[in-house]
Amino acid sequence: MNSYLKRLFWPLAVLVALLIVNIAVTGFDFIVPSVHDGRLGGAFVNILRGAVPLLLISLGMTIVIATKGIDLSVGAVYAIGAAIACQWILDRDQSALDTVFTAVVLALVVAAVIGAWNGTMVAYFGVQPIVATLILMIAGRGIAQLITGGQIPSVSDDTPFVELGRGAIATVPVPIVIGLVVFFGLVLLTRTTALGMLLESVGGNPEASRLAGIRSKGITILAYLICGACAGLAGIIGSANLGSADANNGGLWIELDAILAVVIGGTALLGGRFFLLGTAIGVAIIGTLEDTIINVGLSSQWQFTAKAIVVFIVAILQSPEFRAWLLKPFRSGSAAEPTAPEPKPEEKAVAK
Amino acid sequence: MSTTTLTERSDRSTLFDGLGRYIPIAATIGLLIAMYAGGLANYSNFDNPQLIADLFIGNAALLIIAVGMTFVILSGGIDLSVGSMMAFSTMALAWMTVELGLPAEIAVPVVLVFGTGSGMFTGAVIHYFKVQPFIATLAGLFLYRGLTLQISDRDVSIREIEFFSWGMDRVEFGNVREGGFSLPHISFIAFAVVIIAFIVLHYTRFGRSVYAVGGSEQSALLMGLPTARTKVGVYAVSGFCAALGGVVAAYATRSANPLAGVGLELDAIAAVVIGGTLLTGGSGFVLGTVAGVMVMGMISTIIAFQGNLNSWWARIAVGVLLLAFILLQRFLGRSGEKRKT
Amino acid sequence: MSDEPIVQMAGITKDFTGVRALESVDFTLRPGEIHAIMGENGAGKSTLIKVLTGVHAPDAGRILLDGEPVRFHSPGQAQAAGISTVYQEVNLTDNLSVAENLFAGREPRLGPFINFRAMRRKASALLDQIGIDLNVAAPLSSYSIAMQQLVAIARAVDFEAKVLILDEPTSSLDRDEVEVLMRVMRKLAGDGVAMVFISHFLDQVYEVCDRMTVLRNGKLVGDWDTDALPENELIGHMLGREVETLEAIEHRPDRWPPGDAAPLVSAEGLGRRGSIAPFDLDVREGEVVGLAGLLGSGRTETARLIAGADRHDSGSLSLDGSKLRGHNPRTAAARGIGFCPENRKTEGLVPDLSVAENIVLAMQAARGWARTIPPARRDKLVAEFIAKLDIRPADPHLPVKNLSGGNQQKVLLARWMLLQPRLLILDEPTRGIDVGAKADIQRLVNELSDDGMAVMFISAELDEVTRLSDRIAVLRDREMIDILGAESEMTTERIVDTIVAKGGEQ
Repeated sequence: MNSYLKRLFWPLAVLVALLIVNIAVTGFDFIVPSVHDGRLGGAFVNILRGAVPLLLISLGMTIVIATKGIDLSVGAVYAIGAAIACQWILDRDQSALDTVFTAVVLALVVAAVIGAWNGTMVAYFGVQPIVATLILMIAGRGIAQLITGGQIPSVSDDTPFVELGRGAIATVPVPIVIGLVVFFGLVLLTRTTALGMLLESVGGNPEASRLAGIRSKGITILAYLICGACAGLAGIIGSANLGSADANNGGLWIELDAILAVVIGGTALLGGRFFLLGTAIGVAIIGTLEDTIINVGLSSQWQFTAKAIVVFIVAILQSPEFRAWLLKPFRSGSAAEPTAPEPKPEEKAVAK
Repeated sequence: MSTTTLTERSDRSTLFDGLGRYIPIAATIGLLIAMYAGGLANYSNFDNPQLIADLFIGNAALLIIAVGMTFVILSGGIDLSVGSMMAFSTMALAWMTVELGLPAEIAVPVVLVFGTGSGMFTGAVIHYFKVQPFIATLAGLFLYRGLTLQISDRDVSIREIEFFSWGMDRVEFGNVREGGFSLPHISFIAFAVVIIAFIVLHYTRFGRSVYAVGGSEQSALLMGLPTARTKVGVYAVSGFCAALGGVVAAYATRSANPLAGVGLELDAIAAVVIGGTLLTGGSGFVLGTVAGVMVMGMISTIIAFQGNLNSWWARIAVGVLLLAFILLQRFLGRSGEKRKT
Repeated sequence: MSDEPIVQMAGITKDFTGVRALESVDFTLRPGEIHAIMGENGAGKSTLIKVLTGVHAPDAGRILLDGEPVRFHSPGQAQAAGISTVYQEVNLTDNLSVAENLFAGREPRLGPFINFRAMRRKASALLDQIGIDLNVAAPLSSYSIAMQQLVAIARAVDFEAKVLILDEPTSSLDRDEVEVLMRVMRKLAGDGVAMVFISHFLDQVYEVCDRMTVLRNGKLVGDWDTDALPENELIGHMLGREVETLEAIEHRPDRWPPGDAAPLVSAEGLGRRGSIAPFDLDVREGEVVGLAGLLGSGRTETARLIAGADRHDSGSLSLDGSKLRGHNPRTAAARGIGFCPENRKTEGLVPDLSVAENIVLAMQAARGWARTIPPARRDKLVAEFIAKLDIRPADPHLPVKNLSGGNQQKVLLARWMLLQPRLLILDEPTRGIDVGAKADIQRLVNELSDDGMAVMFISAELDEVTRLSDRIAVLRDREMIDILGAESEMTTERIVDTIVAKGGEQ
């Protein structure tokens, strides 16, 4: 547990620092929720509410990355999920609850199937994850446009569907409720069952996992399936909030933000241990960062630059070579001898 | 026993004996011919040579950037920053010439040097700090887009700058109305880039090192090849090409759009892969990339000719082609997994 | 042959985080000689080579090249100084042409451009020199691994190497190709090149080498002229006697009058092309079957086929008399066959996972992800096995990568013991671990077999095999050559004689 907290320390510290900056600039109103029209509001609550689609995708991405994979198609799947849900509702009785229900289920199922397809490409065809998911990253938005006929379907404001994005349950905004449910659902799914351990095993050492009898192909497909479903759900919530589905721009670059959130949260891109809570903190950091930039008086265009800096710092801090290079001036002299790259004396399989 | 010379006994079928590497590019060219033939058969006016020429006008910047991407992908890397870099270069040109009043003759080299230099920096981070190319260039994607938007978040016209009128001046080949065609100068810039890239990749040590590093970086290192210089070099080439793409875009549109080239990195990657280059590196040809760009252009052309098809079919078609080429490469047996790093 | 040594290594010591890979090893190489370095896995051969070629820096000792002290920091530096290496895995880029691979980085040029015509001509000439004829314009990948190996040698030769190190170059070559390679080697020796030859094929070593240096467990056993060291003595030196005597564990004579029980697992004509020739082997309940042979003799391959880690392409495997179909690690585990592979780190453990997670991995895999082992039961099982196997530190939450080799091995053992398999296959479970852990594991094998578990035991140390086994299958050159069962046959001498006798037949 100790090492777990240590992993979370830096992301938490960054988040707290960002919050302090915001509070310093805009006062405590930033963090203290207010209640308007029977639902929670306030700057920080709105940040969290807006960050839910990113949270969902990042959680799915965390699970895929745990298997040493990556899913670039989530942005496109977001667009497809949004397109299916909105188009289905638009073509039918908008105010009927069962229409909305069918739309949501349909969008989720399609998104999950797309995820499973990605997983199959990786597990059975042996295509590199980055390559396999690139296909749908490129083609997916075309499919979304195909569904919407190139239009941006706008649902009416009185369909129950928009409640998924704008409503509140006991004053808590619905997206936040969904985000929490999915977060705890995934934590339960991975940590009270053995799924988490098997994911980490497959990502940490595929060959050892195979020899231990793990069905690694099934586990891999399941990971991508979950990721796809999460992306679809993110699309549903995002489009419910807007009341429309933009096949071209909905969820644009969200895959990059998601990967960033996962990496900030302490999950290594090389697979192995994953931290869903860390990812959630990473999402909160990215969400808060966007507001911070405006609050400290910079133009919103700084957003990209700030993200670039974050990506760069995180990537470089995770590089052992960089740390070694940074520390080199401090340990010259006594330890001029380069340390052995990896302690693997004679472990090479020679007999093959 | 034998003191005779041992001659080659291939362990694979003769079909793959050295010819295997030409199969993907042959497929691309076959596809291109089939599409053209299909177009000829179905649409009148498809035989107009200007139709082919147009492929190199609208796609001039894409072609240049895809050529740079070919270097990076051949070496086993990827560069996500090219779309942003292109937009940034165009915007920087506009800013320097319109706002600062610098002569374009100075602004253009500045932009090209900046593109090359930042590519080198990215390459150095990737090589020396072992940061994954995907992540390192992702930072570039955000950074250059951010810088572009900071210069201006709306279009900046450069119509006033005389220098940029040269790019779309056309050179005519025969009478356009009687089976001739015309090409603007920017197309010739793209052709020059292709020819230089071809010579560099195939006839210089740097070019061959790119293939060697993409084939197996470990082996290249053990063979004593300059892997550091090679890897930094390919990102420098890609950065240069992206900046040049920005210059060409400035010529083509005579304005700077802060959201130009969004997603262009994906188009470039797609063109390279459809051109038969292996996404995991080590195999492919820059002429394949030309064919890949032409295929993507031809898809749009056919959709335009068909009239009742919508533009999104182009994206879906590109996706299907990507799938086909990735699986083709997979079955030709040279996958990323084969080379453990 | 000149007497002035070209390479002198003295007192070379190398540690890897607590594991001593080399301990004060001396090595001398003279111009024009072909010098074999012999030893089992973990003996220190590769480490010695890597120290010489600058991959690893020695912790102690010095290296003289031509009488001058040298220290290389990269293989490139060593190559520039005239020490070239050809590895078992071909380190060329097979997407480039043969000629390009030969001249990569130093292509003949016209101005800035590569002169392909001159390069092909020079390449053909170079290959001609060592007696092979290839289409030098074809990509290297269109040739067999053997050919690629020869191209790698040609490349090394052309660097005007004074010292050429051949690290297992013959493991994937067939007879004719080996002949060509040896001819090249002799020719180079005649030109005064000093060669280090590492191979697990004894006949090749005897055929081509002038001298041998034998290592065992990171220590120098000695060096001999090939003529002065008969094969059985060599094998004795390599496999040797354990330095530390494990008095506590005695061989249990005649606990199994062979043949009086039905076999539990039975292999009939089981084999896999290029890995192990078809063999017959029965294993009975409660029996310990040892696999003895040199490195590369096929002992690991035998184990992997029975464990389902590799697919067999001939023969059949039966359990309780019924033939097994769809044999893979998962079904093998379900049928009660457990397998501890020889490479703990790459094939056994998941380094980032904790001790507890690594222990329950196979049990959890058998149950599927949804049926979790109840936490209380899981903790109890893990604690029980940590205590039973004396795994230290006894912290179930520690990442397994932080444990020592012996304790890692015990974690792996615990993983399979948890499933109570009927047959447990242990591939070199005692390699590279300390004496205490070694004794623990040996004791455990005895206990498990007393409780009725069948055990298949592989070790490079013949003492260990003879002490623990009820029967011993002897392998050589990827073939099972004999199965020793009688009490009088269970001696290291008998095993060595069996291996040597088979070699003599060929």
